Amino acid sequence: MVLRKSTLMSQARYEAYSAWLFAAPALILLSLFLIGPFFMSLGLAFTDLRLISPLPTEFIGFRNFVRLFSDTVFFKSIGNNFKFVLIVVPVQTTLALLLAIMVDKTRRFSNVFRMIYFMPVVVPMIVVSVIWYFMYNPSIGLINKGLSFISFGVLGKSLWLEGEKTALPAIMILSTWQGVGFQMVIYLAGLQDIPQSLYEAATVDGSSPWHTFWYITLPQLRNTTIFIVISTTILAFQLFTQVKVMTNGGPNDATSTTVLYIYNQGFKNLKVGYASAVSVVFILIVLVISLVQRKYLKSNREVG
Amino acid sequence: MKSVRLRDSLAFRKKTSVFFRYFGMAVLGIFFLFPIVFLLVSSLKPEELVAREMSSIMAFIPRQVSLQNYFDVFHEMPFLRFMMNSIIIVGSIVSLGIIVNSMAAYAFSRLRWRGRDAILTVILASMIIPFESISIPLLLEVNRFGWIDTYFVQIIVFIAIPLYIFLFYQFFLNIPKDIETAARIDGAGNFTIFFRIVLPISKPVIATVAILSFIQQWGNFLWPLMVTRGFEVRPLPVAMQTFFGMQPRIWGDIMAFASMITIPVLILFLLFQKWFIKSVASSGIKG
Repeated sequence: MVLRKSTLMSQARYEAYSAWLFAAPALILLSLFLIGPFFMSLGLAFTDLRLISPLPTEFIGFRNFVRLFSDTVFFKSIGNNFKFVLIVVPVQTTLALLLAIMVDKTRRFSNVFRMIYFMPVVVPMIVVSVIWYFMYNPSIGLINKGLSFISFGVLGKSLWLEGEKTALPAIMILSTWQGVGFQMVIYLAGLQDIPQSLYEAATVDGSSPWHTFWYITLPQLRNTTIFIVISTTILAFQLFTQVKVMTNGGPNDATSTTVLYIYNQGFKNLKVGYASAVSVVFILIVLVISLVQRKYLKSNREVG
Repeated sequence: MKSVRLRDSLAFRKKTSVFFRYFGMAVLGIFFLFPIVFLLVSSLKPEELVAREMSSIMAFIPRQVSLQNYFDVFHEMPFLRFMMNSIIIVGSIVSLGIIVNSMAAYAFSRLRWRGRDAILTVILASMIIPFESISIPLLLEVNRFGWIDTYFVQIIVFIAIPLYIFLFYQFFLNIPKDIETAARIDGAGNFTIFFRIVLPISKPVIATVAILSFIQQWGNFLWPLMVTRGFEVRPLPVAMQTFFGMQPRIWGDIMAFASMITIPVLILFLLFQKWFIKSVASSGIKG
């Protein structure tokens, strides 16, 4: 008995010991390069740290945050992210659902269509930016010429990236083009999870296709939709590559974003403390979004 | 008679609706394809034709095919160097990431130890921290370590990823316990069990993580932009941006450069299409 107990003990100890060995590489890396910097940004936000400065770094309390309040570029940048969310999230989610339903209903060539719609997802954003930069050229770009052609010269005079009003919509269009295939695939998986018996019951009841979509498909896709809406929203707040490459935030900050602003303040101007304060606001926004997601998913579980 | 006509008109209506659906899908297909075709076709055109033909239907038709733009890119810059840098960095991140994340997930899903649940909660919570929000303090940190302008700094920060730990974790939870028990009775240790039994039957989740990580890293831009100065360790996307920023812009060459970043990914995608789609589909299962 005694012997057995001790082997059991040592077995538990062996298991715990090897578990720590298994987890150690990931735990060390995550604390050094994710959780550590996260707390660093919380701390640095209350300092005036500059990367190259003869003056010693000082704790300045909430002064960075107070300055943020009167920083018009900051508000413009974060406002652009919100505009992006308000327009791109509904448009992209609807388009993704539409594509998924069409692909799902199609018997022949459905794999080909799915492949084509998904293809932009694998094209690196830097390449997407370059292609669309050329296509948006106001005088010789494909988009203006094409619009002018199909509208008999009525459309096609837009300045796109060079216009203060059109630059952000232009970025929205190419972002949707690149990203929607990803959401379509997630919707397709959601559609395939809906039990066939529900549709059969609806057919027996003589339900119209529109009715079936509204009362069966859409409610069944609720969790998928919440996931897609939230993840697209968070992605919209991470907007950087397109605006950095195509407009560098211009014209007149019309396409500046929160991440571009963090990059410019922290990396270009070396104002690490100030950039960290912007990062903290950024994290808070993402945190609130995630909490909302959790709440909605939970309430759904209680109902279902 | 009447019922036959009714049936005919129903069949006709169904046929037209199928036709319109295919038509709509084809139009959308063109919308998703034309920028990629435009890129590849332009890269094959002589420089003087790229801009001249880019506003007409000729933008999609290579009348004169030449590889001159590609030769120019190789001639003007150390393109192969950039390509090699990208392959080294992305290859290391993907392969090390699979090992490190799956090992951690194994400890969380199959072994009992004190602190496990608390640590797992922290890791799952950290999934929502966007990399962009910690990039500045992270830069400060690696700068102190003296790691700027190395492969190492571009690899090390992207190996352990909470989302990938979570994907492995979910998969491991569903592996039946008997498989391990049998091996354990035979005297196998945890390392043997993990590398010889668990990993070999985890190919689906390994493929998922490899593909998601590859798509993400091949186009990764912000971090290499901050930590590379010269061309020695610079990956393709940052080199592309530098080239794109040079005036005057040589459009044909830029298109050739952009094509060469894209073609390897497109080939992989066409070869492993099913796996790509499966990976993305399973990344969405959450909550």
